[in-house]
Amino acid sequence: MRPVIPYVTAALLFGLGVYGVLRRRNAVLVLMAVELMLNAVNLILITADTTVQAVLPHGGQVFALFVIVLAAAEIGVGLAIVLQLYRMRADVAVDRIPLSEQPEGQR
Amino acid sequence: MSTTTLLGVLLPVVPLVASLAGLLLPPSPRGATIGQETARRAAVALGVAGAAGAFALAVALLATLDDPPESSTTWIELGGLTVTAGVRLDGAAALVAVAVTTVALAVQVYSTGYLKRGPHDDVDVDHRYPPYAAQVSLFTAAMLLVVVSGDLILLLVGWEVMGLCSYLLIAHDRRLPEAPAAAMKAFLVTRVGDVGFLLGIALLGVSAGSFRIADVLAHDHGTGTLTAACLLLLAGVAGKSAQFPLHTWLPDAMAGPTPISALIHAATMVAAGVYAVTRLWPLFEAAPTALAVLGVMASITLLLGALAATAQDDIKRVLAWSTVSQIGYMTGALAVGSPPAALFHLLTHAAFKALLFLAAGAVIHAVGTTLMSRMGGLRQSMPVTFWCTLIGLGALAGVPPLSGFWSKEGVLAAAEGAALHGDGPAPAWVGWLVWLAGLVGVALTAWYATRLLLRTFFGESRDPLAHPHDPPAVLRWPVLVLAVPAALLGLAGFPGWFSTQLQRSLPADPDAVSNLMPPDGLIHLSPTVLLPLALLVIGAGLAWVRWRRDDTADPAAALGPLRPVFARAFRLDDVQHTLVVRPTTALGRVARTVDERVVDGTVTGTGRAARALGGGLGTLHRAALPRAVTAVLAGALLIGLAAALIGVSA
Amino acid sequence: MTGVDALLLALGALAVGSAVLVVTTRHLVRAGLYLVVCLGAVAGMYLVLTAELVAWVQVLIYVGAVVVLLLFAVMLTRAPVGASDDLDRPGWPAALIGGGVGLGLAALLVDAYRWTTVELPEAGSAERIGAQVFGSWVLPFEVLSVLLLSALVGAIVLSRPDIGSAGADRSAGDGPATEDRERSR
Repeated sequence: MRPVIPYVTAALLFGLGVYGVLRRRNAVLVLMAVELMLNAVNLILITADTTVQAVLPHGGQVFALFVIVLAAAEIGVGLAIVLQLYRMRADVAVDRIPLSEQPEGQR
Repeated sequence: MSTTTLLGVLLPVVPLVASLAGLLLPPSPRGATIGQETARRAAVALGVAGAAGAFALAVALLATLDDPPESSTTWIELGGLTVTAGVRLDGAAALVAVAVTTVALAVQVYSTGYLKRGPHDDVDVDHRYPPYAAQVSLFTAAMLLVVVSGDLILLLVGWEVMGLCSYLLIAHDRRLPEAPAAAMKAFLVTRVGDVGFLLGIALLGVSAGSFRIADVLAHDHGTGTLTAACLLLLAGVAGKSAQFPLHTWLPDAMAGPTPISALIHAATMVAAGVYAVTRLWPLFEAAPTALAVLGVMASITLLLGALAATAQDDIKRVLAWSTVSQIGYMTGALAVGSPPAALFHLLTHAAFKALLFLAAGAVIHAVGTTLMSRMGGLRQSMPVTFWCTLIGLGALAGVPPLSGFWSKEGVLAAAEGAALHGDGPAPAWVGWLVWLAGLVGVALTAWYATRLLLRTFFGESRDPLAHPHDPPAVLRWPVLVLAVPAALLGLAGFPGWFSTQLQRSLPADPDAVSNLMPPDGLIHLSPTVLLPLALLVIGAGLAWVRWRRDDTADPAAALGPLRPVFARAFRLDDVQHTLVVRPTTALGRVARTVDERVVDGTVTGTGRAARALGGGLGTLHRAALPRAVTAVLAGALLIGLAAALIGVSA
Repeated sequence: MTGVDALLLALGALAVGSAVLVVTTRHLVRAGLYLVVCLGAVAGMYLVLTAELVAWVQVLIYVGAVVVLLLFAVMLTRAPVGASDDLDRPGWPAALIGGGVGLGLAALLVDAYRWTTVELPEAGSAERIGAQVFGSWVLPFEVLSVLLLSALVGAIVLSRPDIGSAGADRSAGDGPATEDRERSR
């Protein structure tokens, strides 16, 4: 097995994820791009688990599991935020979220 | 501690305790747990008891005082300086204490009737009697502290407490619009003098290494130090005793209740200055320059007060200006080197001026105004008040054999001696100045006393609505009691126990015999006594002739164009206002502007700049979401690149 | 070049290709579907790399749950069914940074591993992973459960307008019109 193949795949996936996060305007698509990045990280962890002999066996796989759990939590909260945003503004474009106005009661 | 010393210590303590207890009473009894009448009765009891106790102590002190004792105990050590707490008692102190307590007792009794809701008053007039009585007691205690104190610092404490009490009491009547301003003026003007007094005391104490009066008197100060210290002390004396140019507060202080005027004029405030000089007399004796200044000050004050008194229409202001003039006699006597004469006049003045003020209070109480132009013809309706006022005015003008005649004669004799024979410590011209001013003052005093009497008690009543009557007993008895010393105290000046007491003070040096004090009595009858008598007759006669010609007109009309000038006391108030008050307020405004614009401006400017900076940074920071993400990731990429390149190169 | 390598290469190409489509397609729903393909390909790579449990978890959670959630979100935000034109922002910074990151990482990894080979370990079993998770990593595991719980509560609070502080929720719950009224008050 040549580990360079999954590694390069993971690197390219991560780059595509970054590109997607920066390029996309729709919040749901941004979340998808984030999923790509997380998967790239997972792929690196799994590949490293097979190629590097760690002190604790299968540390990489355990970490990958943890990351998957975190991703699930993240997607849950993230989608809740996106839906809330849509309810408030009828729009989910990230570059149209007004940040300059201050919420009430904070002055 | 001997009995005498104990009495001396207790003398200020008794009224002090009474006043502190009185201050605990509810000031405005409405709505308090104690009823109004209960609080008032308690205040009356405390005030009268305090004054009566002090009076009894003072009399006992005078009786037991055979050998002038001095006792002190160390109070504070300030570096190399020692401040002691002690009493220094001599005959003069005991006599002045008796006078102070007598007047205080009379005032306490009189006030119970005077500050009472009369039938003509509004229903809800609140006289705030408990704090009033307590402040009078405190005033008395402070004056007694000055009288018996054996230490300059202790004396200063009493001196300052008096200033505070005069402020509180002058402003007592809240219904009068001018009362707060008058109180502020009295406080500020005496404060100007007190700064000098404090500096003088500090100079003496530092020079002698101790603040004990005995040490200060015994120490050999240099001439320059002595003169400077005496001049500084004179500033304080001028402030408290209302001497030119710091006299302006005294007439305005008439805004206070009449008993307070009696207290201030007769016994406490104004007497304190003169008394302080006699207390430190050996120092002044060695500083002729200071005495010359004092003499000039006294002559000006004497004439100024007498002339101003001639044109006043307010009966209390006439008496106030006459006080200024009479204090001028006392300081004049000091300037020509005769403290016994000054103290003698102080005592007789205390008696007849308290009498006059309380009698005037009775008149005001009956008529309801202080203006003489609305009085007149009160002789029939108020006989007791009339006779008492007659005695008081006679004593003021110096009609023999009333008290004022003898004491004023003593002052004039001392001045004459200093002028003709040069036997005073100050130069002879000071003696001439005081003597001539005193002689002119006699005529002027007679004139305005006669005018006051005629305008108030003779002629037709000018206010047909009023139905005056003699005051109730609680007001009448203090007046009657005070009439006795006002009439007879002068006779005590003949050689005898009284004059011995007055002249015997603690010698600074046991060997030095006080050479200026004549061993005999205070009264020297000589042919020159006819001179003031003649002037007295001339002054009184002029006023009487003028009134005889037209008994409805004011004799002051004879002054012609000078009348408004005299009435406003040579416009010194305006001068003071222009030279002192306005520049000071202007300076205050400038300081306030600087404070508001520059100091506050810096502070608020700092705050505003910080807030603007924060806002600017916040705006920069609040980038849109995509831009922020781009920045973060680009930064991460750059850091990664840098790390990789460094790793490669390493 | 062994069969394993070929398999990995194919699956990698599939993953990268579908990922490219995810980030470039103009159809929102199709982006989600391409994501399924991509994640499935990655799961296949896990299988090849002898991480069976992770692969099935990936399929279950990612493909089964996360993507479904994303598709729901797409529908709930009333995304147009056809192609939309305003999905993208100006592309050159994204391309620069994304390309830089991807190619840079790839270059680093290529430089690190070149064309070396390693022996694949024998196929892993759930038992060994379970021993690790509940042995060495039990504390992070428990912490993670707390995190999941709080994420759950957070998601509920965020999506239920009648919970939480009154003002914010009223404006949040009633849509933009209420929001405007709130602001003008």
